[in-house]
Amino acid sequence: MAAEQLEGIFIDVEVSDEVANNAELASKLEEVCPVDIYADDGGKVKIVRENLDECVLCNLCVEAAPPGGAVVKKLYDGTELRR
Amino acid sequence: MSILLNEDFTFIVQGITGREAVNLTKECLDYGSKVVGGVTPGRKGRDVHGVPVFDTVEQAVANHGSQIDGSVVTVPPAFTKDAVFEAIENGIKLIVIVTERIPRRDVAQMVELANLRGARIIGPNCLGIIAPGVGKMGGIGGPAKDAAKAYEPGSIGVMSRSGGMTTEISSTLTAAGLGVSTAVSIGGDAIIGSTYAELMPLFEADEQTEAIVIYTEPGGRMEAELVDWREENDAKLPIIAFMAGKFMDDEEMQGMSFGHAGTIVEGAEDSATQKIARLEEAGIPVVERIDEIPGAVKDKLGAKV
Amino acid sequence: MRFYEFESRRIVERAGIPVTEYGFCKTAAEAKAAAEKIGGPTVIKSQVLTGGRMKAGGVKFADTPEEAEGHAEEILKLEIGGHMPVGVLVDPKAEVEQEYYAAVLWDGRAKRPMMLFSDMGGIDIEEVAEKHPDHVGRGHLSNLHPIPDFRAKEVVAAAGGLTGRELTRATPVLARLAGLQRDYDMTLAEINPLARLSDGSFVALDAHMEMEDEAVGRHQKMLKEIGVELEEPRELYEPSDFERNVKAIDEADHRGVIQGKDHGFTGNLGLVIGAGGGSLTLTDAVRSQGGKPANYAEIGGNPSVAKSCGLAKEVLQKDGVEKIAVMMSIVSNTRVDIVARGVIKACLELDKDPAETIAVFRIPGAWEEEGAKILGKYGIEFRDRSTSMWEAAGEAVERIQGAAA
Repeated sequence: MAAEQLEGIFIDVEVSDEVANNAELASKLEEVCPVDIYADDGGKVKIVRENLDECVLCNLCVEAAPPGGAVVKKLYDGTELRR
Repeated sequence: MSILLNEDFTFIVQGITGREAVNLTKECLDYGSKVVGGVTPGRKGRDVHGVPVFDTVEQAVANHGSQIDGSVVTVPPAFTKDAVFEAIENGIKLIVIVTERIPRRDVAQMVELANLRGARIIGPNCLGIIAPGVGKMGGIGGPAKDAAKAYEPGSIGVMSRSGGMTTEISSTLTAAGLGVSTAVSIGGDAIIGSTYAELMPLFEADEQTEAIVIYTEPGGRMEAELVDWREENDAKLPIIAFMAGKFMDDEEMQGMSFGHAGTIVEGAEDSATQKIARLEEAGIPVVERIDEIPGAVKDKLGAKV
Repeated sequence: MRFYEFESRRIVERAGIPVTEYGFCKTAAEAKAAAEKIGGPTVIKSQVLTGGRMKAGGVKFADTPEEAEGHAEEILKLEIGGHMPVGVLVDPKAEVEQEYYAAVLWDGRAKRPMMLFSDMGGIDIEEVAEKHPDHVGRGHLSNLHPIPDFRAKEVVAAAGGLTGRELTRATPVLARLAGLQRDYDMTLAEINPLARLSDGSFVALDAHMEMEDEAVGRHQKMLKEIGVELEEPRELYEPSDFERNVKAIDEADHRGVIQGKDHGFTGNLGLVIGAGGGSLTLTDAVRSQGGKPANYAEIGGNPSVAKSCGLAKEVLQKDGVEKIAVMMSIVSNTRVDIVARGVIKACLELDKDPAETIAVFRIPGAWEEEGAKILGKYGIEFRDRSTSMWEAAGEAVERIQGAAA
């Protein structure tokens, strides 16, 4: 039996350690993502896995973080959004 | 040429700061339309994609320095009537109402005031108007690139009760090399500003338009009105029709809330089958498939030659 | 919004139109008491939203309060058209000299309300209009100006040449009916029959009101005053589990709009389709090519993956559904890639192979290249606008019938 709710089957995101532990960026990422993939968990970045597949590829997280700090992975074609 | 729009046509967006309005404003600007102002009460001083926002239509007109031709209204249903009255009373002559779920009484009042002031309403509950290569008023066709793909300039006028099907039909005509002179999403409500018959005189007077395609559904009496209009007027343009929702005639479907109960005013309201018969009798072929439309249009145009 | 007859009576009464000494009763005992109060022969009427009450035995005459009680007891247990009554109306059996017809409704072609009056009431007005047109008066009303009494007077006077006290007494009834139609956004405001009693007075023996759904929100006060429970649904048929579930999914998430209906659909091909006009066109196309839809649906706006997935799952879980056809007219606002994710996810979460389960995917438009990539990964061929809606529907029908063969 498949899981009731699958998560992150189309999209995954990766944040670098520096970004993950940066309170300012944690707050910023939570603010910019229109589908609540990023949450500010007491100054650390938390990825809300149940929202991963809602990613609209807007690139705002990629732009909000320093280069390579936030990467969006398109699992269906192996490409990434990064800077 | 095109109907309703022209290259110099200016318009405002009422409710411009709303989510849908922000999108369609950008689309219209990218398409080359002259969006000269927006109105959202209380938000004067802001701008949306470079378009200045005002509190009143009067301010927008004063800022423009001369009469503004049109308005796209996206204001929520409880406030739409007031916004449209404001537009009409500030001299705006073409109003596209995108908003849906407006009570009929309000729509009827807006339409009556428009008639008194020589203004025209398109909609409500519609996606607007597009004259390919000339201008776009509303969300019809989507972002400029997508709209350009589906809507090539040409000689066919399109009128549709469904916004989405306006684009599907126009794309089909474009793919067949026929193109569109003007496409109008007339709206899906029981009472609308401009019916097929009411827009026909404009298409008849337009040199660019050589034939008309209409998309229709069960409910209402617009087809009967169109047939009557053609009989009473010097109608030259051939018309091709497509009717969706034929399955609603089936007995098992009765009771689903799609249309309204027949009333004495509307007669025993025409079923889809009756509407099709009425149109065919009047010389308006009703095709079964959207992809048959270009062929049917070409037949009619060929017959003219 | 449909009203029960007793609610319609309350509505016209509030508008100053004379009604009978009716009583709305929820028990047989109450009916007896109402009949006693009336003190004479009565009519007991089932209060259901469906029609055909007379034929079904939902309208009975009683000479005594005991008879009234007995009839009420039976009628309260009688199901009509799939509905149980919410009560009974107890009416005095009136001494009627003449029956008239009065109504105000929308003339969509004129875009104005129209008043109707006839001196041949109690029967089918459409038949009267056809066979005795000079007994039917009609008149339109401006939407902007106040409703003048003289318009109502003109309409009544045109109905079989009514004059004298008939005219002067019927006129205010029609005028008030017109006022109520406007004030409360009625799509139908009908009194049939309007009766003239032996003392010359006019009284509404039956009233039928329908309020426009879009306007219900602005009449909360009046509705509360006449005792309408706004939470209770007023459809003519019970929504199915499928319909209710889809509605719940739609209401829980504001991103995009989904709708699902299956009343009258019993097929094996689930339809995940849009938008409005597109859905109608595609449903026709499936049926015309021999397909058997399991449902109707509408996807509109820009739904989230969750919402698209929710709709697809509900369709897939319907009895007898073997495959789904995912089709829309060219989309500008809806994202093809988001819908693609949603329907694939629905299959996976139900432990189904997306390539086998999705009989066709035809949604041209916004983000279609991205959508095609996603579908390709799961072995599904993306159909773009070069495949017509008819062809896409045909492909789905062929696949599902081929699978059955």
